[in-house]
Amino acid sequence: MKTTVSRRTVLAGIGAAGAAAALAPRVALADKAAADEYLGKLTGGTAAQDGKVKLKLPQIAENGNTVQFTVTVDSPMTPENYVKTIHIVAEGNPAPGVASFHFTPTGKPEVTMRMRLSKTQDVRAVAMLSDGSVWQGSQEVKVTIGGCGG
Amino acid sequence: MPTPRVKIPGTAAKGEVFEIKATIDHDMESGQRKNKEGKPIPRKIINKFVVTYAGNEVFSADWHGAISANPYISFFLTATESGPIELKWMDDDGSVYTAGGAITVS
Repeated sequence: MKTTVSRRTVLAGIGAAGAAAALAPRVALADKAAADEYLGKLTGGTAAQDGKVKLKLPQIAENGNTVQFTVTVDSPMTPENYVKTIHIVAEGNPAPGVASFHFTPTGKPEVTMRMRLSKTQDVRAVAMLSDGSVWQGSQEVKVTIGGCGG
Repeated sequence: MPTPRVKIPGTAAKGEVFEIKATIDHDMESGQRKNKEGKPIPRKIINKFVVTYAGNEVFSADWHGAISANPYISFFLTATESGPIELKWMDDDGSVYTAGGAITVS
């Protein structure tokens, strides 16, 4: 049996795929923009450099309700040079803020907690140091079942 | 009443970095969920966590709706002197839950 595919069908298909492709990055950008705006308020607009911050997360989270993360920063934690604050931001959640940790020159800059992730997304950690510099690290997590309830 | 559970080492050498682990029973209702009638369930979370060591605030955290239920946290302090360590969790409804212990530094 001969299958006929009309020119019109093919073009409509391409059009739909194109529209979807054009739309998808725009949604992702909106999430990232909201996260950037949120972080900008917290950091006072200082641009974050890549490095010093490590975020340990599972690459694949089957249950988005409890995703364990560990954040560490390369810092001696002396009174002259320590991490003041670490902000955790989930770019794809309904609200980007997850947590902010405030340190004093003691112990080491390492915190472990568990968070909710609504879908597959990048999670970012931004560290503000006592010398005024701002550093960041990020990690993508693929989420199988979203953790925002419904 | 949420029950906090805290793990603090009883002793440490001066200058040693030690870990504190803590959890508390709490739904951490994010405000994003809806009930069976489709109405939003109001937010009720622990929004702040504060740690004092020998009377000084040494660590604190702001928590948002994305923190999982029954929040668990692990963090580190340096043993500087013997004294009490107090952990406080502040609820959206104004409640404050406290737990702690003491460390002997030699």
